[in-house]
Amino acid sequence: MDNHVTTQPALSIQDVTRSFGGLVAVNNVSFDLHENEVIGLIGPNGSGKTTMMNLISGALKPNNGEIRLYGENIAGAPAADIAHRGVARTFQIVRMLPSLTVLENAEAGGVFGHAKMWGAELHDRARELLQRVGLEGIENRPVSTLTYIDQKRLELARALISDPKVLLLDEWLAGLNPSELRTGIALIEQLANEGRTIIIVEHVMDAIRSLCSRCVVMSSGVKIAEGGTAEVLADPEVIRAYLGDENA
Amino acid sequence: MNSEVRTFGIAVILFLAAATLPLISSGYLLSIGVSIAVYTVLATSWTLFSGPTNYISLAVAAFFGIGMYVVAGGIDLLPFPVLVLIGAVVGALFSAIVGLATLRISGVYFVIFTLGLAELIRQVVSWGQATMGTSSGLYVLTDFTDPQIYWALLVLAAVVFLIGWWIGRSRLGFALRIIGNDEVVAVHSGINTARAKVILFVISCTFASITGALVAPRYSYVEPTIAFNPFISFQVVIMALLGGVHRLWGPLLGVIPFTILWELISANFPTQTTLLLGAAFLLIVYFIPHGIVGLIESGIQKWKGDQHG
Repeated sequence: MDNHVTTQPALSIQDVTRSFGGLVAVNNVSFDLHENEVIGLIGPNGSGKTTMMNLISGALKPNNGEIRLYGENIAGAPAADIAHRGVARTFQIVRMLPSLTVLENAEAGGVFGHAKMWGAELHDRARELLQRVGLEGIENRPVSTLTYIDQKRLELARALISDPKVLLLDEWLAGLNPSELRTGIALIEQLANEGRTIIIVEHVMDAIRSLCSRCVVMSSGVKIAEGGTAEVLADPEVIRAYLGDENA
Repeated sequence: MNSEVRTFGIAVILFLAAATLPLISSGYLLSIGVSIAVYTVLATSWTLFSGPTNYISLAVAAFFGIGMYVVAGGIDLLPFPVLVLIGAVVGALFSAIVGLATLRISGVYFVIFTLGLAELIRQVVSWGQATMGTSSGLYVLTDFTDPQIYWALLVLAAVVFLIGWWIGRSRLGFALRIIGNDEVVAVHSGINTARAKVILFVISCTFASITGALVAPRYSYVEPTIAFNPFISFQVVIMALLGGVHRLWGPLLGVIPFTILWELISANFPTQTTLLLGAAFLLIVYFIPHGIVGLIESGIQKWKGDQHG
């Protein structure tokens, strides 16, 4: 981890705050994500994780603070601009493009975003990624025929085709059965081994343990812990936040 | 590629066949032909924008009327072709302004705004003519004959189809389809959704203005109630939905039967046209939501299924 300290972080969140009316969903949160690093953003329901993902990807604008992507402040920039600069995401509730084929769904991420492809190059890359996520051979099927995990795989392919500098996975493993979960974790592990830079929002602790070297823990909009995954998960305050006071 | 060449070949043959109409008939049939050509351009260009995005625009009459009024207002000063060009430019500029102002609003608000827009322009033009002390309309006296108007519209239709074909294969067309499916995915995929929508809206509206300009000589006397008639907008929507908005040639399949039916209705039941138009709209939306194209395609699929089964 030490070698990261001197280099510029891939993503640097500095004192970011976002409130909705009286509710402060993200309260003065700061953390860094370094290149080639996979970190977990965890916390109980309603702790502000998805809001944080929305702030990074530009779906929401922060009231305060800076979000720097390789030094450039992207806080408050339009979502399309942020995608151009190299942030790609999946969604908590999977979002398919129902009137498009499987192949076109994957291609949708590769035309206008960080990587810009068209024609044969786009088709080839999309096919390659579909194979990568385990969807080869069904390129021309309508997406409505896909199972839930296959839709999740497709969404991942759509995010990867833009060759993002930072990939945001918002509960990508949620709703999968145990065997699908193993496949899913293996897939993200591969991405990590390739040196992708990823933030994972997840409730599946096994996944966090095996995928993330570091974790940031949020509770009620505030960052309550940050550090190596094993120690963070053993932190009494984190356990209290997850399980409630009476169990601590 | 082969099927594309074949489709193109069929299109050229149909186009040439359609072009012979003025040689065969000069009266009633040609006038129906002109109506079909007008609505083919209007409905197809409307679908270029509204088909993929699902933004229902009722502004066709506004832009059609603008084109018509540019010709009517300038016919004593400038040659007709120049006026058509000016009509196109005015329509494009105006639709760009309207698009920039409105395409951030979505759904039903957009529909209502576009409907209000046509009415607003009609009222402004009426008021303008009244305060300038001119009569309520303008004379459009040219030596352009119905066959010439028909051929000009046919060429315009061909241009719309070519542009539609090109958009369908372009990044812009792909962007529009993504936007129509899910605008959230679109922005996070890096699509500048506002720009894509405005470009398509301008293309679509410009064709409506050119159409209005081209048919102006057909009405020797133009007044706001004719040029900005909201029925034009409604009919375009109905025809496009009847044909089907997910194929470039879909609206054409709605325009031809509807125009013929409309001629029959207005000839035989001139006082009940509005009622029948409303009824037609309800029936189409209820019974053939995917249009004639949808019927044909599901028929083909069923037939193929039967073959395999």
